[in-house]
Amino acid sequence: MAEWNEPVILPPVIRLRGIVNRFGPQVVHDGVDLDVKRGEVMGIVGGSGTGKSVLLRTIIGLNRPAEGTIEILGKSMLALGESERRQIEERWGVLFQNGALFSSLTVVENIEAPLKEHTRLPPDLRREIAELKIRLVGLAPEAGAKYPSELSGGMKKRAGLARALALDPEILFLDEPTAGLDPIGAAEFDELIQSLQQSLGLTVVMITHDLDSLAAICDRIAVLVDKKIKVGTLAELQQDDHPWIKAYFHGPRARAAGIGGTVPAPQPAN
Amino acid sequence: MTDAGWVKSEPGGAGASAVDQVWQFGGAWTLSHANALDEATAKLRPSAGVVTLDLSALETLDTAGAWMILRAASRAGAGGSKVDWVDPPEQLKPLFRRVFEAGPEPEEKPTRRVLFLDWLADLGAATEGVAQQALDLIAFFGSLVETLGRIIVKPKRLRWVSVVSHIERTGLNALPIVGMISLLVGVVLAFQGADQLRRFGAQVFTVNMVGISVLREMGILLTAIVVAGRSGSAFTAEIGAMQVNEEVDALRVTGLDPMEVLVAPRVIALMISLPLLTFFADIMGLLGGGLMSIFLIDISFGQYWRILNNAVAINTFLVGIVKAPVFALLIALVGCFEGLRVSGSAESVGRLTTRSVVEGIFLVIIFDAFFSVLFSYLGF
Repeated sequence: MAEWNEPVILPPVIRLRGIVNRFGPQVVHDGVDLDVKRGEVMGIVGGSGTGKSVLLRTIIGLNRPAEGTIEILGKSMLALGESERRQIEERWGVLFQNGALFSSLTVVENIEAPLKEHTRLPPDLRREIAELKIRLVGLAPEAGAKYPSELSGGMKKRAGLARALALDPEILFLDEPTAGLDPIGAAEFDELIQSLQQSLGLTVVMITHDLDSLAAICDRIAVLVDKKIKVGTLAELQQDDHPWIKAYFHGPRARAAGIGGTVPAPQPAN
Repeated sequence: MTDAGWVKSEPGGAGASAVDQVWQFGGAWTLSHANALDEATAKLRPSAGVVTLDLSALETLDTAGAWMILRAASRAGAGGSKVDWVDPPEQLKPLFRRVFEAGPEPEEKPTRRVLFLDWLADLGAATEGVAQQALDLIAFFGSLVETLGRIIVKPKRLRWVSVVSHIERTGLNALPIVGMISLLVGVVLAFQGADQLRRFGAQVFTVNMVGISVLREMGILLTAIVVAGRSGSAFTAEIGAMQVNEEVDALRVTGLDPMEVLVAPRVIALMISLPLLTFFADIMGLLGGGLMSIFLIDISFGQYWRILNNAVAINTFLVGIVKAPVFALLIALVGCFEGLRVSGSAESVGRLTTRSVVEGIFLVIIFDAFFSVLFSYLGF
């Protein structure tokens, strides 16, 4: 037994080793290693076609890698049986790019769906918990009775987030949460994720192209380049010499987001 | 997995008056224990005094757990107690505060439903919906006629490639199934007919029966029903998927009329291919009937041919085939109409596809009845 005050080194929540993904002759990932620590926000970036979504799908088990191991919450996912997998799956929530809400169900029924599947709550408590999630993600209570086709893009994302949070997960996977939102909506969504992450103690893995999100809420960033992954804090990656990473973090958009180099403050005309 | 959380109700508290209570919450208040926790909170009985909710012994908490604690608090409040709090441990504070701020929902009174009146209102709404849809369909037909008129004036406007491709898909590709069904129906008709007519010694009239029923009704009706199921549904699904994908809107803003680009070629193609399919079905039906007659009533193919020739006139054939373009128009019209009504979700594509098939077949049969009356009136 360790002494109570001994520093405990927590195992990473997600641990990928040597992930290889290929589709036919095309190799997407060639030995990807990644550790995500408990309670951190990990951003995944990379150019189009570098396999960000494939990596995410691999982690959540929608795509089986050709080689490599995936450990989530200390369990080796590829070796688990069906029922053990489900137990782990209950402990994460996923927000797909366009919300992926079930179009035949209302918002509140969408959120109730995982609760129905995984718990045996009395219906009124289940409904109340679903309604709580709607309020937690900042949707108006009336939105609960609406169908996904009646929602705007931003509301769909919030509803998708509410569904991802339905089972009070420990890990949250987000695929481009702010894509398609206006800058104000995107900033609000970032704040929402950050405040939920801090108050609920979530571990967040998010694919994003939004440099503002990266700067605002990500603790560390994983960059997919050359079929491998490079992980570091924003400051570390800015020092990186790789041409793509350099272009990414020092481009005009990065400067506009206040990353990479200094933006000369506009001088008031005299 | 940790043990379930617990809640204890004890008398006492800060004010220490006799009716005051302390509810102490402890352990793991999480979704996985929600059932037990829900029962435990349901047993709490608020008193008239101060109820202190002591959260200091909580170990783990998630939003569902926090909600159940808040729910207990608001019940106590509603039950006339004054509610007081003892804070949860430091690491759980942010979560609890977040759920607290999201707050209990405003109490809403359930609207009272009067069953009979609701039923009446639903019936009225459904009737209005059907009437409205009939009107819309007629308006759609009108705008199709207008488009066809424009095409007649300027035949270059028609997408000929699209017409030919739809003739292939709705006509040529349907040949095997239509042929098969007609052949078998001819066989069945001959078999049943011969069986019944034998009792009157009128077996030889089997040929007349097969010839007339296949040419007048069976050939066209079965073909129309198969085509409604095959092509009417395809029209709805194709146009519906385009509608979901905003392609129809893209056509409009490009200055292309969906009526002209999507609807007219399908209607024209089906009006060409359905009569051809019907002719094919007639032949196959007669062939099936002939094969069976040869077996059952011992006639040669030559005899079958001769009896058939005497039994049916060109009119019999024409009465059947003249219905084909009308049925084709109905099927294509309903298919395209429902496709353009798709909005928003993938689910509505499925719903409207089903509806288009049902309505297509329904209209075909209604019009078939109408034609029967008309032809008998005209004396064909």
